[in-house]
Amino acid sequence: MSFRIVVLAKQVPDTRNVGKDAMKADGTVNRSALPAIFNPEDLHALEQALSVKDRIEDAEVIILTMGPPRAAEVIREALYRGATSGYLITDRKFAGSDTLATSYAISLAVKKLEPHLVIAGRQAIDGDTAQVGPQVAEKLNIPQVTYCEEILEVKEDELVIKRRLERGIEIVKGKTPLLITVHSSAPQCRPRHAKLLMQYKHARTVSELVDETKDYTEMMTNKPYLRIEEWSVADLDADVQYLGLSGSPTKVKKIENVVLAHKDSVALTDEDKDIDYLMKELIDSHVIG
Amino acid sequence: MANFYTDNPSLKFHLKHHLMEKIVRLKEDDFADKDKYDYAFQDYEDALDSYDKVLEIVGEICGDTIGPNAESVDQEGPQLINNEVVYARGTQENHDTLTKAGLIGMSLPREYGGLNFAMVPYVMAAELVSRADAGFANIWGLQDCAETLHEFASDEIKKEFLPRFNKGATAAMDLTEPDAGSDLQAVQLKATFDEQKQQWFLNGVKRFITNGDADVSLVLARSEPGTTDGRGLSLYVYDRKHKAVSVRRIENKLGIKGSPTCELVFKDAPAQLVGDRKLGLIKYVMSLMNSARLGVGAQSVGIAEAAYREALKYAYEREQFGKPIIQYPAVYEMLSVMRAKIDAGRSLLYETARYVDIYKAYSFIQENRKLEPEERTDAKQHNRVADGLTPLLKLFTSEYSNEIASDALQVHGGTGYMKDFPVERLFRDARITNIYEGTSQLQVVAAIRAVTNGTYLKLIREYEQNHVKPEFEYYKNLLVEMTDEFEQISKQVMEAKNGELLDFHARRLVEMAGYIIMSYLLMQDTHRDERFRKSAEIFIRKAKTECASRAEFIKSFDEKNLGMYKIEWEQ
Repeated sequence: MSFRIVVLAKQVPDTRNVGKDAMKADGTVNRSALPAIFNPEDLHALEQALSVKDRIEDAEVIILTMGPPRAAEVIREALYRGATSGYLITDRKFAGSDTLATSYAISLAVKKLEPHLVIAGRQAIDGDTAQVGPQVAEKLNIPQVTYCEEILEVKEDELVIKRRLERGIEIVKGKTPLLITVHSSAPQCRPRHAKLLMQYKHARTVSELVDETKDYTEMMTNKPYLRIEEWSVADLDADVQYLGLSGSPTKVKKIENVVLAHKDSVALTDEDKDIDYLMKELIDSHVIG
Repeated sequence: MANFYTDNPSLKFHLKHHLMEKIVRLKEDDFADKDKYDYAFQDYEDALDSYDKVLEIVGEICGDTIGPNAESVDQEGPQLINNEVVYARGTQENHDTLTKAGLIGMSLPREYGGLNFAMVPYVMAAELVSRADAGFANIWGLQDCAETLHEFASDEIKKEFLPRFNKGATAAMDLTEPDAGSDLQAVQLKATFDEQKQQWFLNGVKRFITNGDADVSLVLARSEPGTTDGRGLSLYVYDRKHKAVSVRRIENKLGIKGSPTCELVFKDAPAQLVGDRKLGLIKYVMSLMNSARLGVGAQSVGIAEAAYREALKYAYEREQFGKPIIQYPAVYEMLSVMRAKIDAGRSLLYETARYVDIYKAYSFIQENRKLEPEERTDAKQHNRVADGLTPLLKLFTSEYSNEIASDALQVHGGTGYMKDFPVERLFRDARITNIYEGTSQLQVVAAIRAVTNGTYLKLIREYEQNHVKPEFEYYKNLLVEMTDEFEQISKQVMEAKNGELLDFHARRLVEMAGYIIMSYLLMQDTHRDERFRKSAEIFIRKAKTECASRAEFIKSFDEKNLGMYKIEWEQ
């Protein structure tokens, strides 16, 4: 049996270069003003998965994402980089999901795929919760290793993983099936491959095909790998009460715009006592240490 | 996060030229690979879309990896360890990233693992890589050697070597020697055939070899003992795995420091003959040289683009006497002339690439079937124009690259002379472009043929037939006058029947043709996209005065005046 890896990825608004129209008046993210991108740490996760695929014969990397139909772009991006196939979980009933409802839906999809390994980015740049990965592992009742920087060794039933922690690194072993979340200090994802891009650029989900003006029938018949599977609530056999708004206990009470104001400035000299003071301040504010 | 392709709409503009449809159709041989390879193009739109998307990958790697590595590569340079070349860290990373993206062997056919890209998008990739790091562009650009093998080597050699390129094999072309630089007919490296082993062996020294320690090397060697000219030279392919070539030294250069320039010693190095004996220089190297010249054209435009961007940014940010220096006429004129030269040079670059594309595609089709008479005529005509445009392109763009890099440094003032800004590196890197692959002086020797045999004039008169918008009538009339003068002056020089006089004026005549050709190209570009209007107008004005000064010089010159330029060297 092949070694199956599922990579969890999310399409996010690019919050790294925000302009003044990045937020709406009500304090929510203005998604239309920000380009939709592959969540950066999920790309690191994909690279770890692909590096496992490079090392062992007969491994497959399945990219799994949940979102609106346009999130299929994330799957294509992963195919261009070497993923084997992809699934998009999409259904209006998922709208409004918080991390708990999201991880419920994702865990059902992962269960259907029966992977040896699930790899996710540590967190997404839109919510920064770092909850979905761990919650999926809990729901699947499998072990998890967070903050992975590198998968050092892979065997059919066990992996050796280097974790990047605040105060150093830790090397751990984990039994498969296993879920790993990957830190941004892990290697960058490999570039899109020219041939894979030309091969997969026509990959489409069923909903995308409906909107296409070009006739894809012949192409989809001749090249079945171009079909990106879509899974709805019914496909996942999900209990709707755990989905969307009703499955999301997180309620936003209030949103506040925090403007960092100038504080008092302190003039320091190069004397020892001032340097000691500076070091203490930096350690206290967690800038260093 | 930068993308050198998407941030420069001029590239997409040239990619969408109407001739691309013909080029793609010929290159794809009516889409014969369509059902054979998953990544083969289905039709013209699909091909163009793939070119565009793949160039986006190139642009991203240039912006995110190669460009940011350029400074450290320039500082570190390659090292010589145990007579082998070790690339700078950044160079290795650049190469690995491009390999992982499948961007080596771009123009090779799919059966050898290539992308089967036409010259136009391939040259665009070369321009992008050069803008990011001109020195690295040499290492990457030497994949041209694969193209030479594809064109001239036996099937056996092709099967052995070509599939390695897309997997990351590096290449070198070993031509020059201590006493054979511009004059390659003087090559001495010996090739001897061992009857017993049924194997060729190479012995001797090569010098100034870019990327000399490559995986695959094309070597020009003397196979015919006792001969002294180009007809005794053959081309060989050498595989690094034999470990029979050692690197004696790496040159310490002014610029393109990331690209290792090696002195090589061949000791009984086993090699395979490429194509036929004695055709090494006169056929294969000439062809290799032509594609290398196109590559230097791309490199020159890439460096110029990088330098212009640095200068523009600095001129906006730098304030003197209370305002940004870009607001001073002395500075903005420099910048807009730089821009015009780049637009003109780039237009010539892709015009040349299109001609090369068409005749090369025909020559590959010819391997499978006989060309129809009209196809033969078409191929011949494109070959002729490509041969004329290639040295012209190399001459102009490399000189422009130097002028633009120098002006860009000037815009920076004293700061530009320091190592703090990339412009000093660009200035140093540009300096090689008008020297290697044939100096500017030698480009003129090649290009003057297109003056004397009327190739340029014919091309210009063809451009003249294109319809122009009313607002361009003035410029067009100007260009017609300039052309008439060019025709008359070149006739005058040729009629003197004095070879030395023709050589003396050759550069002036070639440059007159070049100014007129680029003026027409920019005018045509403006008809497709208003963005080029300023550059077109600025360039045509410049072309007018440049042509006039050359014409004036030639008119007032008598062959007796040659003497005053001759210098006796007294020790």
